[in-house]
Amino acid sequence: MDEHLLTATGIEVTYGKRPGLFGGKPATPVLHGVDIRIGRGQTVGIVGESGSGKTTLGRALLRLVDVSAGSIAFDGKNITHIPEAEIRPLRRRMQMIFQDPMASLNPRHTIRRILTGPLLLHELASDTASALERVKTVLDRVSLPAACLDRYPHELSGGQRQRIGIARAVLMQPDFVLADEIVSGLDVSTQAQALKLLKGLSRELGLAMAFISHDLSVIRAICDYVYVLRLGRIVEEGPCEQVFGNPAAAYTRALLDAIPLPEYDPGWLERKSEA
Amino acid sequence: MTENLLTVANLSAVSDREDGVPVLRDVDLTLRPGEVRGLVGESGAGKSTIAKAILGILPRTVRITGGRIDFKGRDLLVMKPRDLRNIMGSEIALIPQDPQTALNPARRIGFQLADGLRLKRGMSAKIAEARALQLLADVQIRDPDRIMKSYPHQLSGGMRQRVLIAAAFAVDPQLVVADEPTTALDVTVQKEILRLIRRMQEAHGTGVLFVTHDLGIVAQICDSVTLLYAGKVIEEGPVRDVLETPQHNYTKALIAAGPRYDRPDAGLEPVPEAVFRELRQEIGID
Ligand SMILES: Nc1ncnc2c1ncn2[C@@H]1O[C@H](COP(=O)(O)OP(=O)(O)O)[C@@H](O)[C@H]1O
Ligand SMILES: Nc1ncnc2c1ncn2[C@@H]1O[C@H](COP(=O)(O)OP(=O)(O)O)[C@@H](O)[C@H]1O
Ligand SMILES: [Mg+2]
Ligand SMILES: [Mg+2]
Repeated sequence: MDEHLLTATGIEVTYGKRPGLFGGKPATPVLHGVDIRIGRGQTVGIVGESGSGKTTLGRALLRLVDVSAGSIAFDGKNITHIPEAEIRPLRRRMQMIFQDPMASLNPRHTIRRILTGPLLLHELASDTASALERVKTVLDRVSLPAACLDRYPHELSGGQRQRIGIARAVLMQPDFVLADEIVSGLDVSTQAQALKLLKGLSRELGLAMAFISHDLSVIRAICDYVYVLRLGRIVEEGPCEQVFGNPAAAYTRALLDAIPLPEYDPGWLERKSEA
Repeated sequence: MTENLLTVANLSAVSDREDGVPVLRDVDLTLRPGEVRGLVGESGAGKSTIAKAILGILPRTVRITGGRIDFKGRDLLVMKPRDLRNIMGSEIALIPQDPQTALNPARRIGFQLADGLRLKRGMSAKIAEARALQLLADVQIRDPDRIMKSYPHQLSGGMRQRVLIAAAFAVDPQLVVADEPTTALDVTVQKEILRLIRRMQEAHGTGVLFVTHDLGIVAQICDSVTLLYAGKVIEEGPVRDVLETPQHNYTKALIAAGPRYDRPDAGLEPVPEAVFRELRQEIGID
């Protein structure tokens, strides 16, 4: 038996392919046979420059975009081509946290409704009172005051909304969470708060996580294992200590060498990477 | 001692959009000719407001309530509009954050560069065009002839930023204000742009005020740094001193809060609430 929670093999995704229509030339794939494995409770980083295919890969893992080749197994079950009706029960177990939580939170609903609604819908709570109890516990865990419950999303700060997004995902008691660029654009301190929270939660709850970011430093802070994506291909993968301590691919080295560290290093600017 | 190119003294401003809330509180900041100063702080700290005040492009809802901005000994805040127009875009230039909106989408790059030179330097069309071509070569654009004929949307983000750097240095300004010019770029492109700004600045002896939220960028291209919080200068000094021996607890905590690819345990400690309390008390916000 595969001990991994999520296994994707040979993933290929091609956008906008309309077979036969106008006999147009087939679009080129944006992912070319990507293999990824995510163990239970493991946080896996997916890093690459913009356009490398990170978001596409994440969406493919959740079956939010169709693959043109390859297969995806979740908890031992091949989900590559199962119909939507069969995916639906899995959706609760595979949650997503968004970069801009504002876009994913209904602006007309209070936080109370946003958080308790799904619990009742998925029958994770038997009644409103017990749903509210669960919500309060999780709010406390993400360091938000219960007073937030009566607020609307726009009344919260960006960092608070981000934590609502995390709380909402965690409330579903998922096995797997996809986080796509969720800390980009946050201030350093708010970012550290979100990373610390996510890292703590994934440990406590045994969550498996795919953490997508263009920022290798952020990946280092939170991930156990990392895949480096370039133009739709994995160019390097491995445990973080290995990839960051001793990168094998010239591309990985080039990415690392381009990150400015907050320390005196007079040669940095003119130092060129061989890649 | 060399005279300062720029001296911002006791600059204060309020937001009329937010009931007169202070946006800048007694800000002091200096820049010597040829110096690169980083202006850092979290979003909303007032970095862009300072940049805009210097450039004379503050929104109407931000009101200066005191202080001065001396450029080569003359206060920009009380200068006649005609004198200001002569200085802006010629002695003081901007490298904007978003190269997409800074360029006219309907005009070829060559036209936009040459146009600026005609207006600001009084060059003839022919000379301006030759100079524009040279400028593109100066910012290490490999195929300047093709880029001259291109429209902005045909260029990558990094290429557009190179064009804007060329435009900023085209007029040989003494002061360049760069407001987060690399935030939209991939790291490898960012490094090229940082290197380019530093090289151009050194070649022209330009003073640069570099707005960023990234202490790493400050460390790698700035000589000095001013750290803001809620419109107040919290710490200031040579980059190496501030990074290696920060004086304020906030500076220390901010450096520690940033993730680092070379340290697995970095990036997981937010600035402690006690430090924010200390800051607010010091600044006098409740
Ligand atoms: N919905 C879409 N339709 C067509 N092309 C797309 C779509 N989404 C992404 N792409 C293209 O796929 C490639 C990978 O994009 P994406 O997965 O968003 O990369 P990343 O998240 O790494 O920036 C890019 O070239 C992008 O233009
Ligand atoms: N157009 C505006 N009108 C009124 N106040 C503004 C405007 N833009 C920004 N502000 C105020 O100025 C403060 C500082 O903003 P800004 O200088 O843009 O910060 P930074 O560039 O450091 O992120 C903001 O917190 C906001 O309160
Ligand atoms: Mg993406
Ligand atoms: Mg700004």
